[in-house]
Amino acid sequence: MELTRRDALAALSAVGATVGGSVLAARFDPPRADDRRSGADAGTDDDTDAGVSLSTDLLDLLDAVAEVVYPDGVGERRAFVDSYVVGRVADRPSYREGLREAAAQLDAVARDWHDAPYADLDVDIRDRILRNLGVETADPDPEGPLTDRIRFYIVNDLLFAFYSSPTGGRLVGIENPIGHPGGTESYQMPSMSPTGEDHGSGENP
Amino acid sequence: MSAGPADGGVGDGVDRTPSTRADACIVGSGPAGALVAHRLAEAGADVVVLEAGPRFDPAERGRTQEQHIRPGMDNPWEMGGPRDAYTDAGRGYPLNDARVKGVGGSTLHWQGMVMRLHERDFALESQHGVGADWPIDYDDLRPYYAAAERALGVSGAMDNPYAPPREEPFPLPAFAPSHSDSLFAPACERLGIDMHSVPNARNSEPYDGRAACQGYGTCKPVCPSGAKYTAESHVGKAVEAGARVVDHAAVQRLEHDDDGDRVEAAVYATPNGTEHRQPAARFVLAAGGVENARLLLLSASEQYPDGLANSSGAVGRFFMDHLFAGAGGRLDEPTRQNHVGFNTSETHQFYDGADPVEGMKLEFLNYAGPSPVIEALGADTWGDDLLAQLDASYGTHVAMGGLVEQLPDADNRITLDPTVRDDHGNPVPHVEWSLSDRTRDAIRRANEIQHAILEELGADIEWIVGPDATGPAYHQMGTTRMGADPETSVVDADCRAHDLRNLRIVGSSTFPTGGAMNPTLTIAALALRVAASMAESV
Repeated sequence: MELTRRDALAALSAVGATVGGSVLAARFDPPRADDRRSGADAGTDDDTDAGVSLSTDLLDLLDAVAEVVYPDGVGERRAFVDSYVVGRVADRPSYREGLREAAAQLDAVARDWHDAPYADLDVDIRDRILRNLGVETADPDPEGPLTDRIRFYIVNDLLFAFYSSPTGGRLVGIENPIGHPGGTESYQMPSMSPTGEDHGSGENP
Repeated sequence: MSAGPADGGVGDGVDRTPSTRADACIVGSGPAGALVAHRLAEAGADVVVLEAGPRFDPAERGRTQEQHIRPGMDNPWEMGGPRDAYTDAGRGYPLNDARVKGVGGSTLHWQGMVMRLHERDFALESQHGVGADWPIDYDDLRPYYAAAERALGVSGAMDNPYAPPREEPFPLPAFAPSHSDSLFAPACERLGIDMHSVPNARNSEPYDGRAACQGYGTCKPVCPSGAKYTAESHVGKAVEAGARVVDHAAVQRLEHDDDGDRVEAAVYATPNGTEHRQPAARFVLAAGGVENARLLLLSASEQYPDGLANSSGAVGRFFMDHLFAGAGGRLDEPTRQNHVGFNTSETHQFYDGADPVEGMKLEFLNYAGPSPVIEALGADTWGDDLLAQLDASYGTHVAMGGLVEQLPDADNRITLDPTVRDDHGNPVPHVEWSLSDRTRDAIRRANEIQHAILEELGADIEWIVGPDATGPAYHQMGTTRMGADPETSVVDADCRAHDLRNLRIVGSSTFPTGGAMNPTLTIAALALRVAASMAESV
């Protein structure tokens, strides 16, 4: 199955982001997690990471986590992550800061344990890092210890985007998952509509 | 009264000082308060609405929805802090699970099921020797039910053979039955059980400036599309008609005149602790089934040491809710659940019987079993393992729910707990709530019917919520009951306090009995009836 731009827009709709397609296109030069000059919070958070910085692009790291937490064989994953994350944090400076800090700290763990940025590691090692940190069973908490923040800002954010989109929902038999404005026809149907015929307003969040 | 910034410390620059003149001061901006405010403002009255909570921005509903879906985020409606503290006894009561303090009240959270009470609900004592009679009957309320359906925008159909008589179709067409309903239908037909549509306060097509349902699936606790009615609608209409709505204005007590005949002022506090005194010619208490009683008790004076409007001693007593009864299981075929967050079929066939007398309405759920996205966010794995888990858990669930009537009992009550204080130093509400044996028996009967239907359907039954596991439907009723006799009731048939003639109390706190229908349509109908009588004199 392939994720589509439509899925990213649907996922953005699920979180109430008011970013349309043209705005997304204009922002495809994504903010880097270690770029303190970008975003509405520029210049206000110099000490937030307490010296921890991200050695790769934030979106590279998120896509690397997405490869771990999404099922095998998801196509166009990077484009989906790019669209979703950029749109999502565009007008949420505090959320973006939490995401960036958790990403930077995860990256620091990867460099400590494996002498390489998280995004450069083999997918099995990336998976093992998350499990060894306890993220698998962590309680998502934006104010909690690193494990809980990785679960909240990174893993659950990516899972939320994926499984509230029609493509993610379809994998388990529901083309209109909770959070997606898929209209009022699918609940009446005995089976899923063919791919690409999802109703509702996912194209126009 | 201490001085402070005009915005009460909220920081938004909005003037929260009292109005110099008010024909009517309304406490609370849920459906009852909003409808009265709108109608009185339209009639030319100077109306001030005092709302304890904030004004939630409708443009943020998507984020509110995310707060609901994702674990680890704040309560979507900011409930549960010191402002909302309470204590409980007996069975225990989760008071803050579904009520909201904010412009729109608990309709921000509600699911939006809107049924009329049945005729017998108004005469339970005279017909069955239990409970209490209302001082009005169905015919008194009937035109106001129709007006309430128009006001809220109810989608429904005239296919319910057990519904009370009605004079006109619903304003909007009913939502079509679900695929899940179609699976239940043959089983119910074989058992001789009639299924029919559900009246929903949710737009099946655009209505009153609000969109049609878009299928977000999170009706309760938040509808991002605006298709579900919230009282924000009539708050907006009231403001357009000239009413003033003051948010972050928590009423602390009502003060009466020297003779004790009339309420003179509502004393409210803003977040910075500043108290203000809002005088008015008339007062309408519309703060919900618990806070209505609590505010009267907090307003005790030398003349009324047991609380305002409480010469009967009934304020806070006869607290009732509806009890949930349910059962569910799985089939060996897709059931297509969790696409939408509302139901499309029910049966009221067992509502008006005599064995048990307690009413019960049974629902065919469209949200049985887990939602994949919510399950994913709480899962202990990811990747292909998570997909396999979701694939195994989603897709074949079916379930029935239902509401069962609880008869009024003076020992179920709201009092004040002076050992715990809210954010302004007031004693918090203490909820004493238990179930009688006959209520438990009625829940068992509902379970029997649900079990029979699911067995006939061929479901592998996996769970039953019966008298031990049951919980409330968050329909808080009865604590300022309506009646003809001032010795035994708080308000009269016009919802006017027996003791203070310029005080009306609206909402489900006035219900002498609660039936087993979701209460909001009756709340709205009563509010419109009260507004009509008040409008004649303003």
